[in-house]
Amino acid sequence: MSEDLNIDQLQEITRTKFDEGYRLVQIGCTTISTEQFEMNYSFNRVDQFINYQTKISKEVSIPSISNIYPNAFLYENEIHDLFGIQFPGLAIDFNGHFYKTAIPNPFRGDQK
Amino acid sequence: MRFLGMIGILIKNLIHKPATILYPFEKKPFLDKSRGQIQIEIDNCIFCGICQKKCPTNAIIVQKETKTWQINRLNCITCNACVEVCPKKCLLMENCYSAAVAQPSAAVFTYSQAFTNK
Amino acid sequence: MTKPTIIPFGPQHPVFPEPIHLDLVVEDEKVIQGIPSIGFIHRGLERLVEVKDFQEYVYVAERICGICSFIHGMSYCQAVEQVMNITITERAAYLRVIWSELSRIHSHLLWLGLFADGFGFESLFMQSWRIREKILDIIEATTGGRVIFGSCKVGGVRRDITNDALKSIVDQLLAYQKEIHEISAVFTKDKTVQSRLVDVGVLSETDAIQWGAVGPTARASGVAEDQRSSGYAAYGQLEFAPIVEQAGDSHARTVVRLKELDQSIDLIRQAVSKMPEGTIDVKVTGFPTGECFIRTEQPRGEVVYYLKANGTKFLQRLRVRTPTFANIPPLLKMLPGCSLSDVPILVLTIDPCISCTER
Repeated sequence: MSEDLNIDQLQEITRTKFDEGYRLVQIGCTTISTEQFEMNYSFNRVDQFINYQTKISKEVSIPSISNIYPNAFLYENEIHDLFGIQFPGLAIDFNGHFYKTAIPNPFRGDQK
Repeated sequence: MRFLGMIGILIKNLIHKPATILYPFEKKPFLDKSRGQIQIEIDNCIFCGICQKKCPTNAIIVQKETKTWQINRLNCITCNACVEVCPKKCLLMENCYSAAVAQPSAAVFTYSQAFTNK
Repeated sequence: MTKPTIIPFGPQHPVFPEPIHLDLVVEDEKVIQGIPSIGFIHRGLERLVEVKDFQEYVYVAERICGICSFIHGMSYCQAVEQVMNITITERAAYLRVIWSELSRIHSHLLWLGLFADGFGFESLFMQSWRIREKILDIIEATTGGRVIFGSCKVGGVRRDITNDALKSIVDQLLAYQKEIHEISAVFTKDKTVQSRLVDVGVLSETDAIQWGAVGPTARASGVAEDQRSSGYAAYGQLEFAPIVEQAGDSHARTVVRLKELDQSIDLIRQAVSKMPEGTIDVKVTGFPTGECFIRTEQPRGEVVYYLKANGTKFLQRLRVRTPTFANIPPLLKMLPGCSLSDVPILVLTIDPCISCTER
């Protein structure tokens, strides 16, 4: 159901999906351990649903795909606010003020 | 394309009786399955504490030593989980909702078996 | 060249049912750009999964949103059932379909009322909500609560509906259908209503796909996608086809939702006629392990539930992608070029449910 992908292939896979008419369904993030996150990118066309998973370490920043899919900026801002991952190249960047939380990056797993 | 298409509906509303109920002179009758508040038949309770474990909001407190069963009606979400798991079937769901209170502490109701010795 | 001004819209506004904030860059009453801002009611419900038993979390999942509450609970239960390989009984699947469609009817009637209020037609607002009250009475008679149903659990449903009650529900709904048709006639044919809706906020089909529109917002632009066609619960055994319009303006979105009201009543009638006998739940033992994606159709569009479990009684991760979150970028695409008085209509036409969006 999920395919693994390397973070370097992300831009070209997204560009291929855009040209084939796929819709970006969601971008998600999970805290696997104190050192790793797992990102999910999901695409859909008619009744075909494809999900790509990739594991990244906590200090890595991922280039934003909002230059290809314009609606990705909402998902990436939310992940930036909740998990603390940087996305250079965001179309609309809220700089950490998208959600107003009492503690910064509450889902990151550094604090309970 | 029509103008004034609502006139038919509005004239019917003028003629028929209103759709609202004149509360407080008339009260709306409660339906049979409405989830209102939890009541207990305290004489049958064996104070096993299963309802306290299953309550998702921790609204029930059971004390076996003093034989008391306490519920905080403001925390209760009337989910019916305690009614379903009670082994003695002494909990029941009434269909009228609990009355309003002025202080949050007044919503805690305690039932005890202390004076009804068998 | 006129200087652009920035007008803040929301979070408190008489037409918005829920708090969303838009900063509108306006030149002489024409909107050039809109910048959204959400996050007023973020409750962090996704992290509660780590402290609440996975079976008790159904109560929290239902309360993510007040209007689409049953389908949230049902999607969560379906996700856990898929991870644990549990098959629910047929009667439970049909009961879930009936409650989902009742939830959809009441949500669309609520939206029709708020939409009419948005362009100033208050008596139409009251007429729509008068019919909605009767639907809420049906829901209360079967589940016990008007808005939060409390009827779904992992492994099936918690209460049953007798066959006599089911027949009387169908008879009542067919009687209400006449009143719904009277109101639909006003929405679709009245000249004043049409002058506010036709050609306002046009979204083309390629834009709908590229900007990620879901639900009636996408179906009104010609994208024929409806998650009910995938056949979850008992939908695979009922006759169903998505309702699609081609125009892509606000009038088309209204027409799609009005036709979906008729379609829901028809689905309930079909489900009651095919309802099998049997039990309503199965026993659940053990703990979930694995991950899965579940996509179901809420009144506002497609909701995606992602679940990751590691074999203990607390789940590791629950991710909910609600339809309004996906519909906000198309709203930003529709705003440029409209006049300031059309902004409430455009925001309401995507059916914003902000408490879902921010969980």
